[in-house]
Amino acid sequence: MAKDSGIGAAVKRREDARFLKGRGRYTDDMNRPNQTYAYILRSWSAHATLNSVDTEAASAAPGVVRVFTGKDIEEAGLGGVPCGWEITDKHGEKMKEPPHPILAIGKVRHVGDPIAVVVAENYQQARDAAEMIDVDMTDLPAVVDMRTAETIGSAVHDEATDNLCYDWELGDGEAADKAFAEAAHITTLELINNRLVANPMEPRCAIGDYDEDADHYTLYTTSQNPHVIRLLMGAFVLSIPEHKLRVYAPDVGGGFGTKIFHYAEEAFVTWASAQLKRPVKWTSDRSEAFISDAHGRDHVTKAELAMDAEGKFLALRADTRANMGAYLSTFAPSIPTWLHGTLLAGQYLTPAVHVRVRAMFTNTVPVDAYRGAGRPEATYLLERIINKAAQEMGMDQAELRRKNFIRSFPYATPVALEYDTGDYDATLDAVMEMADYKGFEARKAESASRGKLRGIGLSCYIEACGIAPSSLVGSLGARAGLYEAATIRVNPTGSVTVMTGSHSHGQGHETTFAQVVSDALGIPADQIEIVHGDTDKIPFGMGTYGSRSLAVGGSAIVKAVDKVVAKGKKIAAHLLEAAESDIVFEDGHYKVAGTDKAKAFAEVSLAAYVPHNYPIEEIEPGLEETAFYDPKNFTYPAGSYLCEVEVDPETGKVEIVALSASDDFGNVVNPMIVEGQVHGGLAQGIGQAMLENATYDEHGQLVAGSYMDYAMPLAVDLPSFNVETAEGTPCTHNPLGVKGCGEAGAIGSPPAVVNAVVDALKDYGVDHIDMPVTPLRVWTTIQNASVKQAAE
Amino acid sequence: MYSFDYTKPTDLSAAVDSLGTEGAQAMGGGQTLIPVLKQRLSQPSILVDLSGIESLKGIRRMGDMLVIGAGTTHGAVAGSSDVSGAIAGLTELAGKIGDPQVRNRGTIGGSLANNDPAACYPSAALALGATIETNKREIAADDFFQGLYATALEEGEVITAVKFPIPVASTYQKFEQPASRFSLTSVFLAKMADGSVRVGVTGAGADGVFRHAGLEQALSANFAASAVDGVEVSAEGMSNDLHATPEFRANLVKVMTKRAVEALS
Amino acid sequence: MSTISITVNGKQKSGDAQGNTLLVDFLRSELKMTGTHVGCDTSQCGACVVHVNGESVKSCSVFASACDGATVTTIEGMANDDGSLGVIQAAFQEQHGLQCGFCTPGMVMSIAEMLKNNPQPTEAEIREGLKGNICRCTGYHNIVKAAQSAAAALAGAAQAAE
Ligand SMILES: Cc1cc2nc3c(=O)[nH]c(=O)nc-3n(C[C@H](O)[C@H](O)[C@H](O)COP(=O)(O)OP(=O)(O)OC[C@H]3O[C@@H](n4cnc5c(N)ncnc54)[C@H](O)[C@@H]3O)c2cc1C
Ligand code: FES
Ligand code: FES
Repeated sequence: MAKDSGIGAAVKRREDARFLKGRGRYTDDMNRPNQTYAYILRSWSAHATLNSVDTEAASAAPGVVRVFTGKDIEEAGLGGVPCGWEITDKHGEKMKEPPHPILAIGKVRHVGDPIAVVVAENYQQARDAAEMIDVDMTDLPAVVDMRTAETIGSAVHDEATDNLCYDWELGDGEAADKAFAEAAHITTLELINNRLVANPMEPRCAIGDYDEDADHYTLYTTSQNPHVIRLLMGAFVLSIPEHKLRVYAPDVGGGFGTKIFHYAEEAFVTWASAQLKRPVKWTSDRSEAFISDAHGRDHVTKAELAMDAEGKFLALRADTRANMGAYLSTFAPSIPTWLHGTLLAGQYLTPAVHVRVRAMFTNTVPVDAYRGAGRPEATYLLERIINKAAQEMGMDQAELRRKNFIRSFPYATPVALEYDTGDYDATLDAVMEMADYKGFEARKAESASRGKLRGIGLSCYIEACGIAPSSLVGSLGARAGLYEAATIRVNPTGSVTVMTGSHSHGQGHETTFAQVVSDALGIPADQIEIVHGDTDKIPFGMGTYGSRSLAVGGSAIVKAVDKVVAKGKKIAAHLLEAAESDIVFEDGHYKVAGTDKAKAFAEVSLAAYVPHNYPIEEIEPGLEETAFYDPKNFTYPAGSYLCEVEVDPETGKVEIVALSASDDFGNVVNPMIVEGQVHGGLAQGIGQAMLENATYDEHGQLVAGSYMDYAMPLAVDLPSFNVETAEGTPCTHNPLGVKGCGEAGAIGSPPAVVNAVVDALKDYGVDHIDMPVTPLRVWTTIQNASVKQAAE
Repeated sequence: MYSFDYTKPTDLSAAVDSLGTEGAQAMGGGQTLIPVLKQRLSQPSILVDLSGIESLKGIRRMGDMLVIGAGTTHGAVAGSSDVSGAIAGLTELAGKIGDPQVRNRGTIGGSLANNDPAACYPSAALALGATIETNKREIAADDFFQGLYATALEEGEVITAVKFPIPVASTYQKFEQPASRFSLTSVFLAKMADGSVRVGVTGAGADGVFRHAGLEQALSANFAASAVDGVEVSAEGMSNDLHATPEFRANLVKVMTKRAVEALS
Repeated sequence: MSTISITVNGKQKSGDAQGNTLLVDFLRSELKMTGTHVGCDTSQCGACVVHVNGESVKSCSVFASACDGATVTTIEGMANDDGSLGVIQAAFQEQHGLQCGFCTPGMVMSIAEMLKNNPQPTEAEIREGLKGNICRCTGYHNIVKAAQSAAAALAGAAQAAE
C-alpha cells in the first residue's frame, strides 16, 4: 500500500497553495520604503578599450539620484567579484585569475559587461538617463572561438596573453597511450557541447538596503545559496563583516545553477544603498539576462576510445577546450575539471582514462554551472563515443555497454572517484522493457511506411552528487567547505522549526524535509515548519545545487534530529525514572524498553522548557540542536534512458516520439517530487539536444539573445515521459541512503536524443551530428551524406 | 519604453485625425508594436489604439469575396465559420499564428501593415490576390508588399479591411522557426475559380513575402505533387540566418508546396 | 498621467497610469497584486497571462489604459470564495504541475481559457494551447496532466449540476 505520509510517500506539496493563489513572494515582488531603481548600461561591444564614460548629462536628467561608473568602484577600493575555486594546472601552476571588477574599469570584455549604473527615482527615468551617457570606446579584436583563442593575438586579459586560464589533466596518460597502442579497434569523435543559457523563468533581481542607524546591510536577492553570497560579497567585495550583513533569498523562480553565483549587481546594490542611504533595486529583464546571467556548457572535445576485438574498453582519452567566458564566475574553473574529468569512467570498467582540459578566456558571457555542470558534458562525450563505437563494430548499443559495466562495488575509477554502490544492469533492463526495445524494428518499419526515419538511442549515465568531503574538495581547489547545516528547534509544545542551509527554488523542500523530520520524530508533518533562505535565521548553509539538498542538507537535518532525540532520551530517562540506556525512541514516544512506560515527544519537549522536574545538573533546559554534516563521499545516482525519434528527411524536423527513463536514486523520500525533477531535467536535456544554442557571431555578439532566436522547449516540443524510479541501491554513506535526483534528466537525455537521431540517419552513413539537432542541421547533414554516398 | 500619449478613439475619423499629429502611430492589437516599444526601437508621440473602433471589426461575405475588417483578431478569424466555409486556408493560417493570447489581441490589419518577413498573413493576401482597403484607397496585394517591413501605406494611412476573393480550395502549410515560432518558410496555396493556382511564400525571401511563378505555372498546368519536383526553386534571393540557409529555405518552399498540394488532393 | 478604473477579480480598482503603462505593471506596482509575473520582454513566456473581458491576454503586451473600464481576472481571483483552491489550481497541486511557481499563474490562466473553449481537449490540444507559456521547471508533463484532470473535474461538476 502506498504510504500517505513520511519517507516514501507522494505527499502533495505544502508550498503549492501560495504559488497557486499568486501569493508567492519573489524578490521583485518586494519593495522597500524610499526605494530607488538601478538601470545598468551594458557594453554593446564584445571587446574594447574604455576611453571615457561621460555621465554629466545623465546625472542632471530628471529623477536621477546618482550615476556610478568603474571609477567610483575603483575610488571606493571595492574588491572584484571573487572566484570560489582555484585549479592547479598540469605543471603545478595556479590558474590565471584576472580581476573581475563590478563595473568595467579600463576595458569591456563581453557584450553585457556593465559600464555604468544610473540610480533614479523610477526605472523609466534611470533608463532614460542611461541613454545620455556618452561612452567612448575603441574596439579590439574579439576572441570568440576557443579553438583559435591561443593564437589569435588578442588577449581578453593581460594576465593571460594566450587566453589560457589553465591546462589541466587527470588520469594516467601513459597507461592510456599503451592501451591505445595495443587496441584492436579505436573510435574517435570530435564533438561540441553547445553553450546554453539557463533561463530560469524568474529573471534575477536584487535589492540593497542599508540601515544607517544600525550600520547594517540587507541584500534581497534571487539566490540558490544566500550564505555563500554573504560570504563572498561580505568578505571579498565589500568588506562587510557577516554580523552586519543579511542576505535573504525569498521565493526564487528557478535557478538551475545560474543563481548560485555571486554577481556584480548584488554587490553593487548593496554598496550603493549605503552610498545613497536609500534602498536600491535592480531587476533584470530577459534580454539583459541573456548577456549577464552566467551561461552553461560550451566545450569542444576530441575523444578516443580504445577497445579489444570483443568490444571491451581498454582506454579513453579526451582533450577538451572549455569556455570560461570573459571572467571567472564563482565555480567556473571546477566545472570542466573536477565535475567533468572525474566522470569519464561512466558506468564502465575502462582501466585507463586520461583527460586534458584547457580552459579558455573569450569575449563572451562567463560560463559556469548549469543543471548537471560538467557531468552532462562527460556523459555526452562518453555515451556518444560508445554509440559510435557500436556502430563501427556492428554491435548493439546495449550489448556493448553491458560488456563493460562495473558490477562490483565499491569501485575505484581511474579518474579519482570511488563509487559506493550501483546496479547498472537493473536500470538498463528496466528501461529496455519500458521502451519495448525489442519491438523497435517493427515501429521503424511502420514509420518508414510514412516516409519517416525512426531511430532509437540509449544513454547510461552516472553522476556524482552531493559534492563531497570538504577536505577533498579543499585539496582540489575549492575555497569553501561543502557541508550543510541544520538546526532543529523543538518548541515547548512539541512543534518543530527546522532551519536548513539548503534553499528551495522549486524542489519542494518545505514538503520533503518535513517528511524526513516527521518520520524521524514521529510527529505529524503539520507540526513541522521548514525555514530557509535567510542568513539571519539559518545558522549557516551552502545552499542548493549539484543535487545536494537531500543527500547533504537532509543528512544534516537527520544528524540534528539525532541530537534532539539523544537529549530527549536523557530528559525522558529522568521523567520515567529509568536508565538512559533503557530508553528507546519510537513512533514519537520515548519508551522504557520492555515496559509500557512512555512519554510522548511533546511531553518531553515541554519538560525541556518548563524544567521543574528535570536533570538540571546534567543537561541544560531547552531543546534545540544544530548539526553540520560533511559528506564522506559523493553520491552516485545512475540510470538508463532510451529515446525514440522520428525524423522527417524532407524538412530535417526531429520529433521525440518516446522517452523512457529508469533511474537509481537510492532511497526516495517523495516519488512525486522525484519524478517531477526528472521531467524537468529531461526537458532541459532535450532542449540542449534539439533546440537551445547560445550562438555568438565572430564579433562576439550573442545572436541568439532572446526567445526570438534562442529556442526554449515548449509543451509542443515534448512528449509525455515514461519515467520510473528503480527500486534502487541505497547510498551507503549517508543516513537517508539517498543520492540526489535534480540533474539526472539533464545529464542522461542529450546523448539519448542524439544517439537516436544518428541511429535514424545511419543508412545515409551518418555517424555523428552536433547538438542541437535543428531542422537545418539535420537536413544539411542528410544532404552532405547523400552527396558523399553518391560519390562513393 | 519611451513615454508617449495614448488615445483610444471609437470611430475611424477621430483615429485618422489623431494620426495626423506629428509622430503619431497606429496600434492594432499591439502584439508586434508593444514588444518593439519595449525595446525602445520606436518613439511615437502619441499612440492611437484602433481596437475601440467597432467598424474595423468583423467578417462578412460579399458575393465571391470575403471581407475581413482590419481590426479583426486572429482568434476571431480562426474561429469563424464564415471564414472556414469560404477560405479554409485562412482558418488554418490564423489558427497557427503565435499562441492563443497573441491570437486574442493581434489583428489582420496590424499583421499586414507590419509586413514582417516571417509573418503568416502576407502569404495569404498575395496568394489569394486580396485587396487591402484603407481609409483612402484600395491597394492590390501584389502592389502592397514592398520589401521587409515596407508597404504601400502612407503616413497616417489606416487599413480598414481586407477583401479576399474566395478560391476553390486553399491551404496554409507552416514550417516554424524553432525559437520564435513565426514562419521559417511557409506556403499559402490557393486554387482559384479560373483554374489558376497561386503560391504565396513567407519567411523565405530576403525581400519578404513573394509568389513563386515557376510553382504557380507548374501547378496550374498539373495540380499534382509530382509537378513540384520538376520546378527549380533557386536559393538565390532567399534569406540567411541562424535557423536556415538559403538552400534549406529553397528546399522548404518545395516541400511545403508539395504538402499543400497533397493536403488539397 | 490619467486615472483608470478596472474591475479586478470582481472588485472595482482605480489607479494612475501613463500612456505607456502596461497592464502588468499597473497590476503589480499600482494595485500591488504581484501574482502576475514578468518573465520576458518579447511577449513569449506567458508568465503574465490574465483575462481581460473573459479572454486570456499577455498583460505585458496590453496597455493599462486600454483596459480602462474592463473586467480583469488574475491568478488572485482564481481561488474559491472560501479561499480554497479552485478546480484548476487544485489539479496543479494534485498533479505536481508546479515547481518554482513562477510560470504557474500564467499557466493556470491559459488553461482556464482553454478549458472554457474546449472542455475536453486532447493531449495534443493541451500542448498546442500552451504555446504561449514557457515553464523551465516541470517539462510540462505534469502541467498537461493537471489540465487533463481539471477538465475531468470540471466535466464531473457540470454533470453533477445537471
Ligand atoms: C509571441 C508572438 C508570436 C507571434 N507569432 C506569429 C506568427 O506565428 N505568425 C505571424 O504572422 N505573426 C505572429 N506574431 C505577430 C502577431 O501576429 C501580431 O499580432 C501582428 O503581426 C501584428 O498585429 P497587431 O494587430 O498586433 O499590430 P500592432 O502590433 O498593433 O501593430 C503592428 C504595426 O502595424 C501598424 N498597424 C496596426 N494596425 C494598423 C492598421 N489598421 N492600419 C495601419 N497600420 C496599422 C502599427 O502602427 C504597427 O506599425 C506573433 C506575435 C507574438 C507576440
Ligand atoms: S512577460 Fe513574458 S509574455 Fe508577458
Ligand atoms: S514551475 Fe518554474 S517555471 Fe514553471
